[in-house]
Amino acid sequence: MGEVKRENLAEALLARHSAPRSGAGWALSARRAARDRVLALGAAGRRDEYWRYTNPAALNGAEAPDVEVLQLDETPVFDGVEKLLITFVDGVYRPDLSDDLQGENLEIMTLEEALEVDIHWASDLFGVFEARGQNPVPRPFAALNTAMAGQGVVIRANGKVTKPVALRYCRENRQSDVLLHHVIRVESGAELTVLENGAGGARLNTVMEVDVADGGSFHHLRAQGRDHTRLAITHIFARLGAEARFKSFTLTVNGQLTRNEVVLDIDGDDTKASVAGACLGDGDFLHDDTIFVTHDARDCESRQVFKKVLKNGATGVFQGKILVKADAQKTDGYQISQGLLLDDDSNFLAKPELEIYADDVACSHGSTCGAVDENSLFYLMSRGVPRKQAQNMMILAFLDEAIAEIENEELAEDIRTRLSGWAERHSA
Amino acid sequence: MFEIKNLKASLADEDKQILKGMNLKIGAGEVHAIMGPNGSGKSTMSYVASGKGGYVVDEGEVLLDGANLLDMEPDERAAAGLFLAFQYPVEIPGVGNMTFLRTAVNAQRKMRGEDELNAAQFLKIVREKAKALKIDADMLKRPVNVGFSGGEKKRNEILQMAMLEPKVCILDETDSGLDVDAMKLVAEGVNALRDGKRSFLVITHYQRLLDHIVPDVVHIMADGKIIKSGGPELALEVENNGYEGLMNEVV
Ligand SMILES: Nc1ncnc2c1ncn2[C@@H]1O[C@H](COP(=O)(O)OP(=O)(O)OP(=O)(O)O)[C@@H](O)[C@H]1O
Ligand SMILES: [Mg+2]
Repeated sequence: MGEVKRENLAEALLARHSAPRSGAGWALSARRAARDRVLALGAAGRRDEYWRYTNPAALNGAEAPDVEVLQLDETPVFDGVEKLLITFVDGVYRPDLSDDLQGENLEIMTLEEALEVDIHWASDLFGVFEARGQNPVPRPFAALNTAMAGQGVVIRANGKVTKPVALRYCRENRQSDVLLHHVIRVESGAELTVLENGAGGARLNTVMEVDVADGGSFHHLRAQGRDHTRLAITHIFARLGAEARFKSFTLTVNGQLTRNEVVLDIDGDDTKASVAGACLGDGDFLHDDTIFVTHDARDCESRQVFKKVLKNGATGVFQGKILVKADAQKTDGYQISQGLLLDDDSNFLAKPELEIYADDVACSHGSTCGAVDENSLFYLMSRGVPRKQAQNMMILAFLDEAIAEIENEELAEDIRTRLSGWAERHSA
Repeated sequence: MFEIKNLKASLADEDKQILKGMNLKIGAGEVHAIMGPNGSGKSTMSYVASGKGGYVVDEGEVLLDGANLLDMEPDERAAAGLFLAFQYPVEIPGVGNMTFLRTAVNAQRKMRGEDELNAAQFLKIVREKAKALKIDADMLKRPVNVGFSGGEKKRNEILQMAMLEPKVCILDETDSGLDVDAMKLVAEGVNALRDGKRSFLVITHYQRLLDHIVPDVVHIMADGKIIKSGGPELALEVENNGYEGLMNEVV
């Protein structure tokens, strides 16, 4: 196959989007630097160490695919909770479909606005965490996002924010090629929950840069929509101070290709972080979680919990790394990734990695892949539960460890309901 | 009521017959006990009757009220009225005990065309029955059998049996691993379900259990079939002399 040279492809990628022309000086230079990063890194290719399992071709492709806009009459995820709703339609902020951008202990504005003015805390983050996250593993789609994204939100929590900020991503255009970039700062002792919901585009590229100061707490919950053939590449770059809390959970059902990358830097002592995900795929479905957690402080705990249910040739990928630096004594690192294969055509590929330079740490990682346990299935059936229902119970049971990572029980229950809905719709 | 007729069954993976022409007939309201040496096929019989995979039926029938269970899926057999208390109850992480029980009860009711129980109705019944078996509420909230002690697992089986109100109950070594008090509890649980119609097949190695659940008939099973049947005194004979003598008698 005559592959386009990766430098040329990088240029082509940049040419596919139009970056905002205006902007404050800092914003322009941040974007320029990101542009240079894209060119220096080159486009992602099959030979890159972290793109062996997932083919980036569709993400690199000239056009976003033509994806039917799914019309659902079901209640949207997170509908029941009180929230500050911010809507993007095909990647464009829609004030008419959003709540006022204000709230207690909250500074919030669109990225578009923020890039025009001098906001020192935002300029300290925008493109900065992304740039730092390029080492040691290049993430060209994230640099592309910084260089070209003109839409997103900028949020600063100055205290406990009681209502979650809910980002809703709608689609109207069958072929929208969407870039969204969010910048979040959780100040010392502050608490913030961010929800994301929806497919967002035929091809969606999001970056979220999150800075959690000492004693801050950040919760993130995401549901990536149910549109069938959409593509998504997402990145979260987070830095956590001392005694901070960070939790991120992603629910993915359907979608042709999803790659969720999380780069976590634990910078302060006594911090706890969790990154988790549950995904369900049937048929033409590839779901990839690529996680990199760096421990650079003492007495911290990190958890990675990923569960994938796969059928009819669906593929699950997990690449998770825990890096413990020499000074990160007493680190407690946990990582589990599991695939539940509902047939022989599906597959789960895992690359768990531990790299440890401190001597007094407890890190464990496990990866398994298998079918529904026949003994358990028989036990349930022997009590009168029909096979399909028993199998769905086993699917939910399998996913439960990941869902248990969600702090808010009400939101967790909402996620469980979605999962069982999917399982019922897809039981053969 | 419940009848096993010339049942022959083999392992699906190996060419090895385990049940070699088993016959058994239990009338309504009767309690039968099966004793027999390790490996004689007692658990296999209970698995084949309830529809576990991995076995091939070579010949025979298992009839409940005239219907051949062997033609049914395991859940249909349960709805038809068969219940097996497992020798080794299965741990299922992630499935709550209560959710499981309620799903099972309602699935059976649905299959029989009865109204499903709502959460409140269900809770009331399950609390009552759990209390009688000294199963605390905490255990009900935990995942199915996960972290249960051996005795707790067996009591949980009896609780399921009490909730499902089957017609025929097979108890596979429910007394193994129980302390004296727990065994009495289990026996009381079983006796409470004896209503003159419900039938029991109690598999055990110990005559002790049969002091509490007094059987009408005791069968001795060896090498895949029943080799001798008799009254409760047969259990005493086994207790005193082992199986050796009985097996020689037959040969
Ligand atoms: N899945 C299997 N694979 C291999 N052998 C099996 C399997 N199931 C049963 N067997 C064999 O079949 C025979 C009967 O086993 P079974 O468990 O029914 O005996 P049992 O009478 O219940 O014994 P125990 O008193 O020890 O519980 C044994 O020899 C056992 O090893
Ligand atoms: Mg046995």
